[in-house]
Amino acid sequence: MAQYNLTINGKSLNVDVDPSTPMLWVLRDHLDLVGTKFGCGIAQCGACTIHLNGNAVRSCQLPVSAAENTEITTIEGISENGDHPVQKAWLEHDVPQCGYCQAGQIMSATALLKSNPSPSDEDIDNAMNGNICRCGTYTRIKAAIKTAAKSA
Amino acid sequence: MTLIDKKLNRRSFLKVSTLAGGGMMLSFSWLAGCKPTPEQVLTMPKEWFEINSYIKIGENGAVTLFNPNPEFGSNVKTSLPMLLAEELDVDWKNVFVEQADFYPKRFERQFTGGSQGIRSGWVPLRTAGATARQLLVNAAAQTWNVPATEITTNTGYLEHKGSGNRAGYGEVASLAGTLEAPDPETVKLKDISEFKIIGNSKKNVDGSKIVTGKPMYAMDHKVEGMKYAAIVHPPAFGMKIKSFDEASVTSLPGIQDVFSIKLFKEGFERHAFDTTTFPEIIAIVGNSTWEVMQAKKALKADWEIAPESNFKMSGWGPDVSEVKVPSGLENSSTHSEKMAEYITKPGNILRKDGDPEGAFKKASRVIERTYTAPFLAHNPMEPINCFADVKGDKAIIYGPSQIPDFIHGTVANSLGLEKENVQINLARMGGGFGRRAYSHHLTEAALISQRIQAPVKMVYTREDDMTAGVYRPTYSATYRAALDENNNLLALHVKAGGIPESPIHANRFPAGAIDNYLAEGWQIESNITIGAFRAPRSNFIAGAEQSFLDELAEEMGKDPIEFRLELLKRAETNPVGKDNDYDPKRYAGVLELVRDKSNWSNVPNGISRGVSAYFCHNSYVAEVVDVSIKDNQPVVENVYAAVDCGIVVNPDAAANMGEGAIIDGIGNAFYGEMAFENGAPTKRNFDTYRMIRHSEAPKKIEVHFVDNKEDPTGLGEPLFPPVFAALGNSLYKATGKRLYDQPFQPQLIDMKNLRM
Repeated sequence: MAQYNLTINGKSLNVDVDPSTPMLWVLRDHLDLVGTKFGCGIAQCGACTIHLNGNAVRSCQLPVSAAENTEITTIEGISENGDHPVQKAWLEHDVPQCGYCQAGQIMSATALLKSNPSPSDEDIDNAMNGNICRCGTYTRIKAAIKTAAKSA
Repeated sequence: MTLIDKKLNRRSFLKVSTLAGGGMMLSFSWLAGCKPTPEQVLTMPKEWFEINSYIKIGENGAVTLFNPNPEFGSNVKTSLPMLLAEELDVDWKNVFVEQADFYPKRFERQFTGGSQGIRSGWVPLRTAGATARQLLVNAAAQTWNVPATEITTNTGYLEHKGSGNRAGYGEVASLAGTLEAPDPETVKLKDISEFKIIGNSKKNVDGSKIVTGKPMYAMDHKVEGMKYAAIVHPPAFGMKIKSFDEASVTSLPGIQDVFSIKLFKEGFERHAFDTTTFPEIIAIVGNSTWEVMQAKKALKADWEIAPESNFKMSGWGPDVSEVKVPSGLENSSTHSEKMAEYITKPGNILRKDGDPEGAFKKASRVIERTYTAPFLAHNPMEPINCFADVKGDKAIIYGPSQIPDFIHGTVANSLGLEKENVQINLARMGGGFGRRAYSHHLTEAALISQRIQAPVKMVYTREDDMTAGVYRPTYSATYRAALDENNNLLALHVKAGGIPESPIHANRFPAGAIDNYLAEGWQIESNITIGAFRAPRSNFIAGAEQSFLDELAEEMGKDPIEFRLELLKRAETNPVGKDNDYDPKRYAGVLELVRDKSNWSNVPNGISRGVSAYFCHNSYVAEVVDVSIKDNQPVVENVYAAVDCGIVVNPDAAANMGEGAIIDGIGNAFYGEMAFENGAPTKRNFDTYRMIRHSEAPKKIEVHFVDNKEDPTGLGEPLFPPVFAALGNSLYKATGKRLYDQPFQPQLIDMKNLRM
């Protein structure tokens, strides 16, 4: 076990965990930030996507020991009132079905729009292909990303 | 207003002293939509008054509606309360929706599966809304001392024109809550023309919680002092635990205990939905998910071949049956060989019209084709998990279950507790697709908690989830058609089976449309567990049947839609045989609608097009799939669907569900496959089990609903089965090759120089 000081959603937080613990479980079990979801544990589904210094990463593959001195943002931290343009677009298009993958989808989408404010269909496919939606909301996600791109 | 023969169970309209839930899970209908200004929205009331099982009203007129059914993504949590709100006659923006817990004393059918949520709730939930409205009217009549019949309601207000009295629901809710509930049989329901909420799209009531990452799933649940548990199950079907070395994990950091649990007591008569692959598993308990998952990898365990076993099963129909679990380590290659034997071996006759044998003898030409599909894993995004807190003689379970009623007795029996002392609370589920109809995980978590006498959250890894069974079966179907010298269809013969069940629905189309018709079924026993998977059986047989009809139409020189319409005309005007369980007119209606919406005969340049139609879960669906070829591989461009599911309660959410079913179908048709080597599943996670991804989804999907006034029927499943053949038939047009075996993708990769 070791002490780590982490910056998550702009707050400084301390945890005492094994250095190999992935950020996914630090967030979920130790910091009660459960919006970041467990899906596969091998970076194949994207449900656990968070931002590390603004880039979308799979938190199931990010050990806590590599997260010190970085800025981490989770679904709980992308806006104060749930009114990020991507969140608003998700509601406008009524995207979710079961909803489980959507936090990861939104984290990938927000990272995409930050680096590419008006993505093409191909850009969206490339940026989002790591995020599985088992319910099949892909066409709505694409439409929502385009709406968010217009309003941002 | 119409009076409907409801034959309802009265318990839904009675009040029970303790409220389910407790205000923890409120969802605000308006949060999901445009945010209204504060004066438009009612704040939380100071006090709630319970009107009936489904409805409570605050003194300020705010309304809480309980969604009785488990939510796994089909949006019942929004659309079922819409039925209540319609007849209660309230403003949707003043509605709070609360997820009901499993509470059989209050609610009748807490069941998500078989596409029956809206269909089964259609009369009972509207009646619950209407009886509540009547109670409010009666309360106003008593208060104003006027006849109840003279009082009208309008979106949350009561009015008596004669006396000039007017009041909000909240003002009489306290009194209404004390009055005798009216007999539901005497309460009138609105005429369709009077609907204000039904038929108007409402946003998902949990939308804002989902996009902000609020805890909603069992996976997110946590209480003070909670422990975490991982499980280890045998590596293959047909194996069981021999021994395990506790010392290999108990000294690891954060690990508290390791032990095995047996799911069923000796001699327990299992319910039909008690399907579980491994009745004994190993549990590792510790302080965090990561620590128990690490210990899982370190655990030293030995496995052995399980001998043949038997158990008694009941709960599905009146009979108790003896179920045999054969011994052995099975292989997919052997499965294929055994299934292929049935191409020539006879099956059990399920339906016979006319003289099919004679017709085949007379035929100038016989076309025979065999279709196969593999086992499929459900792979819901939220892996199997469950929270349980068992102390003394009481158990609280918070878990993802499509049908808590079916596991309730089993959990109680395994714990040795009274059913009344086992409370199951319903978490939102991260997908289900049939998998969570089998709720063995509730028993597992409960037994672990009972053993450690502490609250616990048990979490399967993705590998546990994917390799623990309860799959869609593998199937094979052989279709034969007899044609005369003028290419007239003389007879049709289908023989289909699977491991371990047959996919045949013998009385469905094209039965009833062909003079000489023979349907045979067969099954091969196996120890691989299977269960309902979105549109069970239909999800295979539709693809086989509709691919064969497509090929048959081509052989007969007919347009594939015209050919189907001709058959349906025959079934409508002069049906063959009895018990045809579809309405040929409604079936034809969706084909005509999809022909119109896709502009069927006007195929765009560079597009290849296929069609398919199917009836299941009381609904009719026809689909057209357009593909193009890019970089020598097919790309799904457009999908057009025409759906007849009666009245559509929540149209945009219904379209979303349809789009998802289509994408699900395309994904499984191209990539879906689970295989076995020596009993072990060959795929364990998404690196090898290929799921459809963003770039592979269709560019455009249009879902069109037939506009009619029929009572609502199924929706979550019926759009899934037709897409397999619509895709296969379009791929044939694009590639020149008929695809008979799913998944399609491996065969397409091998193809060179695709057409176009």
